[in-house]
Amino acid sequence: MPDTELTKKENSSKQSETQVLPSGEDLGGAVWSVLETITDPEVPVLTITDLGIVRDVKINGELIEVTITPTYTGCPAMDMIAMNIRMALIENGFTAIKITTILAPAWTTDWMSEAGKQKLIAYGIAVPNKKFTIAADGVECPQCKSTNTKLLSEFGSTACKALFQCQDCKEPFDYFKCH
Amino acid sequence: MQKDLTYKSASQVPPQEGFREAYLLHLADTTLILSQRNSEWCGHGPILEQDIAITNISLDLLGQSRNFYQYATQLINNTTNTKAAKVLPSGEDLGGATDEDKLAYLRTEREFKNLLLVELPKGDWGQTILRQYLFSQYQYLLFEQLQQHADEQLAAICTKALKEIKYHVRWSSEWVIRLGDGTTESNARMIKAIEEIWRYTGEMFIPVEYETISGIDFSALKKQWEEKIKEVFEEATLSIPEKIFMQTGGKTGVHTEHLGYILTDLQYLQRTYPNSQW
Repeated sequence: MPDTELTKKENSSKQSETQVLPSGEDLGGAVWSVLETITDPEVPVLTITDLGIVRDVKINGELIEVTITPTYTGCPAMDMIAMNIRMALIENGFTAIKITTILAPAWTTDWMSEAGKQKLIAYGIAVPNKKFTIAADGVECPQCKSTNTKLLSEFGSTACKALFQCQDCKEPFDYFKCH
Repeated sequence: MQKDLTYKSASQVPPQEGFREAYLLHLADTTLILSQRNSEWCGHGPILEQDIAITNISLDLLGQSRNFYQYATQLINNTTNTKAAKVLPSGEDLGGATDEDKLAYLRTEREFKNLLLVELPKGDWGQTILRQYLFSQYQYLLFEQLQQHADEQLAAICTKALKEIKYHVRWSSEWVIRLGDGTTESNARMIKAIEEIWRYTGEMFIPVEYETISGIDFSALKKQWEEKIKEVFEEATLSIPEKIFMQTGGKTGVHTEHLGYILTDLQYLQRTYPNSQW
């Protein structure tokens, strides 16, 4: 993992030094691959594309228009995410950037990518499960996979999570709520 | 950005200039003040999990409030009519442009349009819980209708917020039941909380002029709300007070003495160090 991360970073910095930007259809793809490297400040194991926060990328001549949507209404990370998108695009040689926030359609955990879900489990956070649209006892423990678990609170360390404790391995864990 | 919008209520009441801005500020102020009140529990909740829960709710409310202020800002800055401009902070030369911070930090008590209910002191945990439940249940039913509003941005804000309000209703109603049907002490405190708070609930259903743009039938909303409250109160072994006099005024800027104090806290930094930013 760290090796590939490094290579990626090297590549991107090389790209910005030479300022060679892809053209035409490739441009959209290039923007998306930059966006795929930006992580969520509160759940850093996920990227903003894993979360489904990026709703659209439009190329309008020189102008790159990125449309994003907040996960929760009061998500304090949104301003930072918008800034990080701008910084990452500038680093990669894009200069004219417009970031728009939309509220409709409202964000849902259905937009979370499969890869994102796997990363969350590996990180120790239980993933949204349609059986538990309302958080309740029984969400699978991401550590020992037991379903003998107890809901401690519907409100966790961030707006998107609920707090659980596994009754078998005794580990407390977060559940990424269905939303 | 300003669109030519048609209002649902247009057939009964023609939309008045400035009503939409005023209504948005009413929604924004109400959520801002309740958020501020609840955040007083940060670090003081009865147990850690509940401290986190009430501050999570504060954060959701603050988010809603920012959305309403941002939208109001957009409309106010684009307006050319003087009635809408009336909602601008008085005595403040904005150079034609306002923003969400100015609306929150630089308006005076008489300019705030929040419900009286949300400015009441947090009281004990029982009072905080009861107020939250009575408000969240109202907000849930109100936003459920507003998500159908012809104003798309207002509808979008409410649709998004509803997902979170669902949690607030569930959490606060469970607590009302737990405390009402709990110990002699918790039951007595809930009865006292009802005595303190109930007379501020009527205002939610007594519309003022600018609320005509919401298109809401407030007497039907009141009936729906009372039915829900009754269900939870019955389970909590609590009773709804008989008809009592209801306090009003918040929606038009006539507040209890409590609002001045909370604004002093909220606006202190911006007024002491003007134009400071994060």
